[in-house]
Amino acid sequence: MPIIEVENLVKKFGSFVANDHLTFSVEAGEIYGFLGANGAGKTTAMKILCGLSAPTSGKVMVAGYDVARQSEMVKKRIGYMSQRFSLFEDLSVWENFQFYGGIYGLPAAKIRQRTTELLGRLGLESEKNQLLGSLPLGWKQKLAFSVAIIHQPSIVFLDEPTGGVDPITRRQFWEIIYETASQGITVFVTTHYMDEAEYCRRVSIMADGRIVALDTPANLKAKYQAANIEEVFLKIARS
Amino acid sequence: MRGFIIKEFYHIFRDIRSMVILFGMPVVQVLLFGFALSTEVKNAPVAIIDHSNDQVTRAITSKLLSSGFFVLSDQVPGEGHIEEVFRHGKVKEVIIFENDFAAKLEKDHQAGMQVIADASDPNTANLLVNYTSAIVNDYQQEYLKGMLLPATITTQTQMMYNPALTSIYMFVPGVITILLMLITAMMTSISIAKENEMGTMEILLVSPMRPIQIIAGKVIPYVLLAFVNAVSILLLSYLVLGMPVKGSLVLLLAESLLFIVMALSLGIFISTISKSMQMAMMLSMFALMLPTILLSGFIFPIENMPLPLQIFSNIMPPRWFIIIVKSIMIKGLGFQYIWKETLIIAGMALFFIALSIKKFKVRMD
Repeated sequence: MPIIEVENLVKKFGSFVANDHLTFSVEAGEIYGFLGANGAGKTTAMKILCGLSAPTSGKVMVAGYDVARQSEMVKKRIGYMSQRFSLFEDLSVWENFQFYGGIYGLPAAKIRQRTTELLGRLGLESEKNQLLGSLPLGWKQKLAFSVAIIHQPSIVFLDEPTGGVDPITRRQFWEIIYETASQGITVFVTTHYMDEAEYCRRVSIMADGRIVALDTPANLKAKYQAANIEEVFLKIARS
Repeated sequence: MRGFIIKEFYHIFRDIRSMVILFGMPVVQVLLFGFALSTEVKNAPVAIIDHSNDQVTRAITSKLLSSGFFVLSDQVPGEGHIEEVFRHGKVKEVIIFENDFAAKLEKDHQAGMQVIADASDPNTANLLVNYTSAIVNDYQQEYLKGMLLPATITTQTQMMYNPALTSIYMFVPGVITILLMLITAMMTSISIAKENEMGTMEILLVSPMRPIQIIAGKVIPYVLLAFVNAVSILLLSYLVLGMPVKGSLVLLLAESLLFIVMALSLGIFISTISKSMQMAMMLSMFALMLPTILLSGFIFPIENMPLPLQIFSNIMPPRWFIIIVKSIMIKGLGFQYIWKETLIIAGMALFFIALSIKKFKVRMD
């Protein structure tokens, strides 16, 4: 059963068409790569899926709810991590978890349990009283991801989560993503690293507001006779 | 919601700059305005040229010198060299009594004295001349007592509400207004702009919290802090500067709360139109601070401004709040005298809230 269903999504800003009749669906528990050059319309589509922006026309269902009319219900069931680092630097690790758990309405005991669990998974329990600002970027990104799933959402949206992070941390980050997906949380991720696209179960590639390719990485490579996704991407972007 | 407020307090208490603005500034400002920037004139050096040196001129002189406003300068210029002593800046006022002062007063019921002040500092000169003529008038009345004379017209000046012309009375309402305006509007606009800039606002908007809850969570801590500030300024001016509250304290605090809410909504509005923390800070400094000080009637009387500025000062919220504070603190008036000003501030608050909500919604699309 698809957890995200998008049918003929159109988003216009004045006469500019940012999303031109997008149609796709994402299965529950899937890792879905949402690719495209800068300005292709990825961020706009992602904002609509998160209920931050209303579609001009078309049907968008997320976690069983219509984002245009039931955005409150959608928001409770999704997590979001933006490309900009978005935890509070002047709060400690623990306080950040408390705060974000709180805005999702989790009870105090549940927040404590989830915080311990997530920090344990990252091996960062001993850093819980440190201010966020004093930690290295790689750790912060991992913490931001943990915060985005503190309320155990059905879907987590990751907007270029590994920007500016070293290769080792990137690898560890993807291990956490896999682990998360194996627990049944759907991962919807945008990235500019084409090697990361290979980790996804399926990827779509956007250009000029439209989805021009959507399939598993293996099928896309076969179809475009390319050695890797990067080549596929370049072939699509140049055509 | 509770977590939100706690988090906001962490932000404030862990940032040295916020702490200084919040708690250092009120104390410094009140003390500065109270002690250093006094517009009262005390012990102004005065030179007296007495051509009569009779009992009347000596009486007037001693009355002047015992008033506390003047001290006798040791410089006694010759008649033609008055300008010289002013140029040295050692004398603020020169008084000249004409010949045969007492005799003329007795015979003609009229005697002349000249008061010359150094008006390169117009405020001081004005004050000194006023003090002098008041003291002379006073003497004149004493002198006339018990004498049967044709009716003499004497000007009688009275300084209502502030008989000692204490400048603290003028400054405390202004300082309260400026601080409340600055702390609340500036701090909220900066803190919301910071959240925008850091990208945390995006995360908050994706969460199930409603925009109105987000804004309330950001604003409530500042309402509390600004209120604490208002109370501490009042306490400080009462204990240290001896400024009384003649009217109802409850009314004063309620009006302060209203003004705080107005300043907050202005702060929210500023944050919705600024793209960065810097811009929010510049906007609050230049769009709020300067007009508050210059156009609210705090330092310069509104009646003396050119007409366009007088009209412009009407849209300055502090102008109305200063009137309210003065009415309650100094005149001891009740709500029936200030309901109009209250209504204007409430209207401004509603206006800015409506504008901010509209701006906020536009951004969401």
